[in-house]
Amino acid sequence: MKITGSCQEGVLTLRFQGELDHHVSQEVMAALSERIDAFLPRKCVLDLRGLSFMDSSGIALLLRAEKKMRQLEGSLLVTGVQEQPGRVLRAAGADQRLGITE
Amino acid sequence: MPALNSVKLEFPSLSANEAFARSCAACFAAQLDPTLEELGDLKTAVSEAVTNAVVHAYPSEIGRVLLKLRLLEGNVLEVTVKDWGCGIPDVAQAMEPLFTTGGEERSGMGFSIMACFTDKLRVRSAPGRGTTVVMRKKFSRRIQL
Repeated sequence: MKITGSCQEGVLTLRFQGELDHHVSQEVMAALSERIDAFLPRKCVLDLRGLSFMDSSGIALLLRAEKKMRQLEGSLLVTGVQEQPGRVLRAAGADQRLGITE
Repeated sequence: MPALNSVKLEFPSLSANEAFARSCAACFAAQLDPTLEELGDLKTAVSEAVTNAVVHAYPSEIGRVLLKLRLLEGNVLEVTVKDWGCGIPDVAQAMEPLFTTGGEERSGMGFSIMACFTDKLRVRSAPGRGTTVVMRKKFSRRIQL
């Protein structure tokens, strides 16, 4: 699992690459929190184009990230969701609770 | 039901083995010529079951986890994930969507996803003796001979 990204004009974009499961979720959440705390963006965009697999650990992580951004009076946008992560998000109904765009 | 092919894998309840287990299941399922969607569903269901064993069965120790894969008649794959950990006191409650004892790191959707991504899910558990999750998934027959 690899995270790369940049912050421009208050928009923090983070690109996920690899597989997101329980094994890596704690580390990923720590990296995510660290970047959000460092940049205090008004909007955080999670680009999941490179995320080939995600299970329910990923759902918990995305919901936590959304909550963190809301607490900072910002918003979270999830983009580039691939087939398998999309099916997991829909099965859990999490697609209704997150801002998702193509 | 007799198995046409089968494999058994036993590994310690280390979180690194979550990816190992789902990859093994996907490799075994390759003989069914699955679609990408079927493969994704299988990997997800196995990942959820093995993660439960890692997180909940052995909360403070490393224990044994058994993954059993059986190919049955009619393009059906049976997956068993068994542990000898602490067990689930109330299986029906544990299977309710959003129920979790794992805090905000867990979504409480593990069993719901297993049920959604397979055709049959059975959970047997006894406190102090462990948990067995059995899932069956029917794969489409893509090549008609």
